[in-house]
Amino acid sequence: MRLDLTADQRLLQSATARFLASASPVAVTRALHAEGRSFDRDTWLRGAELGWMSLLVPEGLGGGSVSGAGLIDATIIAEQFGAIAAPGPFLPVNVVAFALAEAVHAQEPNAAAHAGLLKRLLAGEAIATWACWPPGGGWDPEAGAIAAIPEGEGYRLTGVHEGVEAAADADAFLVLARVPESTAPEGLTQLIVPATADGLTVTPMGTLDLTRGFGRVRYDGVEVGPEAVVGSTTDGRPGQAADAVERQFQVAVVLQCAELVGVIDTVLEFTRQWLADRFTFGRPLESYQALKHRFADLATWSHAAQAATYAAAEAVHERREDAAEVVSIAKAYVGQRATDIVQDCVQLHGGLGVTWEHDIHVYLRRATVGRVTWGTPSQHRRRIADLLNV
Amino acid sequence: MTAAVLESVESFRQRAREWLAANLTPEAEARGHRAGAAGRDEGVWQRARELQATLHAGGFAGITFPREYGGLGLTLAHQRAFNAEAAGYELPVLLNIPTFAICCATLLDMASEEIKREHIAAAIRGEEIFVQFLSEPGSGSDLASVKTRADRRRDSFILSGTKIWSSAAYAADYALCLARTNWDVPKHEGLTMFLVKVRQPGVEVRQIRQVDGSSEFCQEFIDGVEVPASNVVGEVNGGWTVASRQLFHERSAMGGTSPFISGRHPSKGRMTSAHELAGLARSAGRAADPAARELIAEYHSLDRIETWLADRVGTAIRSGALPPAASSLTRLFSGEAITRRAEIALEVAGPLAAMSGPAGPAVPPVGVRFIARQGGSLGGGSTEMARNIISERLLAMPREHAADKGVPFSQVKRGR
Repeated sequence: MRLDLTADQRLLQSATARFLASASPVAVTRALHAEGRSFDRDTWLRGAELGWMSLLVPEGLGGGSVSGAGLIDATIIAEQFGAIAAPGPFLPVNVVAFALAEAVHAQEPNAAAHAGLLKRLLAGEAIATWACWPPGGGWDPEAGAIAAIPEGEGYRLTGVHEGVEAAADADAFLVLARVPESTAPEGLTQLIVPATADGLTVTPMGTLDLTRGFGRVRYDGVEVGPEAVVGSTTDGRPGQAADAVERQFQVAVVLQCAELVGVIDTVLEFTRQWLADRFTFGRPLESYQALKHRFADLATWSHAAQAATYAAAEAVHERREDAAEVVSIAKAYVGQRATDIVQDCVQLHGGLGVTWEHDIHVYLRRATVGRVTWGTPSQHRRRIADLLNV
Repeated sequence: MTAAVLESVESFRQRAREWLAANLTPEAEARGHRAGAAGRDEGVWQRARELQATLHAGGFAGITFPREYGGLGLTLAHQRAFNAEAAGYELPVLLNIPTFAICCATLLDMASEEIKREHIAAAIRGEEIFVQFLSEPGSGSDLASVKTRADRRRDSFILSGTKIWSSAAYAADYALCLARTNWDVPKHEGLTMFLVKVRQPGVEVRQIRQVDGSSEFCQEFIDGVEVPASNVVGEVNGGWTVASRQLFHERSAMGGTSPFISGRHPSKGRMTSAHELAGLARSAGRAADPAARELIAEYHSLDRIETWLADRVGTAIRSGALPPAASSLTRLFSGEAITRRAEIALEVAGPLAAMSGPAGPAVPPVGVRFIARQGGSLGGGSTEMARNIISERLLAMPREHAADKGVPFSQVKRGR
């Protein structure tokens, strides 16, 4: 966790931790998973009351942060989601709320249409998610844009998105699309599409993760009106979404890193306790220098992962010029170290660590899915090289 | 001095910017003047003294040291503003470690009022350079086992023994020297720290040639040197407390969390930048190779993360959120990062790291740094000791068994 939280931020942290620990302990999450559900709507509504979705939305639009730096506050909550391995679409709903708030704030022509959905997201009454990944494991959101063909006043959508978090639970999708060059205006655009739209099908995807669901969204000529466009210019033309997409991507990666940092924190904490409690050859495991030294490495990586995550949150919050670079440095490091650390902790647990009964695999699954979604460490390193222009 | 009368950081930054532009030379230009000079020598240290005197005359020396000891009594925020403005200028960065960030920092915490007024001020004026006389040929990680003796004679002590791994002792004026004043008590309880004049009869300094060709480190032979009792730093037989503080400042300085580093860390400028590494990749025909590009990105990332970690840990130690032992986190990270970066640079450069190019017969620095990379994981306390400190003092794991615990030092077993 951050070591420089304000009193208000500490309150946000402890309130979130307490709530999640009582409403969403791992045992409850396991039970939900056994029933084929990914999260509990009632818990979500109560979380919304705690302000889970309001942090990236300005006060004038019904949101509000604790410290004035909404993204920093949001990392505090994301960390707790990771720490408790809590289910619920915290990341995708916040990314969509952020995107809509930016559009409304910029007084886009469709502001009124989006304000309604934004309000329901803030209240926890609706779930929305960002559909942006191409099928087959691509990771560049821009490469995931489906086709939006102008038709009459609106658009006709054709294509497929994969790896869409909480797809099966979403009431609406923020769909990344491209208006083909042949029909002006050109370029990237984003559209809000309700889950009930004709021609839209959602198929759940199998996933390693026990705490989150992912799905495939297929658009077979889905028709939407002009009011669906998010991020159009003031004269209502779509196709200018590249900057917004980059910002949303950065916000998503920051929240993901914060979740991973929370995962690391909890796993190190219970592994530290295990090393003290477990005796072998008449001594606790924690008294062996080989294990002490190994744990010192893990603790150091954990502090470095946190430092990188908070540096990324600050860079994105301040909209710094190097935000994209800092975000990719954070993900490349945190994604790698999260699985390194958790798997080392599995080893330190001995045979117990590979049983279904022990919670460590719930965290390992989450860390693994976090490592490979929103860009793998290797993909982010290539992005860093591109950004550095080396 | 109260906060109300402190100059604002912004005003200080503005003044520093103007003063630096008017009075100092860009580093690249200064390097050009010294072209051909291999490594460091007396001339380089003389230049550092002059630059420090220039800083002092301009009112930009000893920024975070108290005013009563010749400093400016300003905050870390002022120091950082100065550091940001000073990037790219020729500065006396050699004096940062150990003179300011380790020795003066320790004197500030532990020394008598007289020593502080005389010696910290002299260092800030560029008149005194300090060195650490800590390690001995038989006492490295187990520093408290030093065998240099200091025997009381009326108002002074007579010192004899040998010290090693002291950087640039040949250029130094004074040393912080740890010696044993009582042999009949356990090792930590019989030590005393002395401020010893380096250039005097009875102190012989020999430079040690290292694998990278440099002769920065020295060994000293001390033979019957008389040191006045007023030069004891801290208490007689309380030397371990002083040494511990000194080691803390050393970790802070090496890990980048020290508030007394003015300009940059002295070794930072010697590292190859990511863009220089990219230049090597181009020369090696690997500019478009995704594997090389990923390695360059990792190289660059480690550098940035090291800075963020030092910020996090440094801030937390100052606020009390983490104990001082947390400085071992940055020490371990930077030791490992140096190792990894040396490996990456070698891999990216390939044969160009091992053989000279068309520019001349000099061995490429990337190759030299690779074979000398242990400097980063040994100097300033080994990474193994950092792991002990992290696990024992930060994570409260049991301490390693010590066979000399509670045993009078004269009875502790020694090897040959």
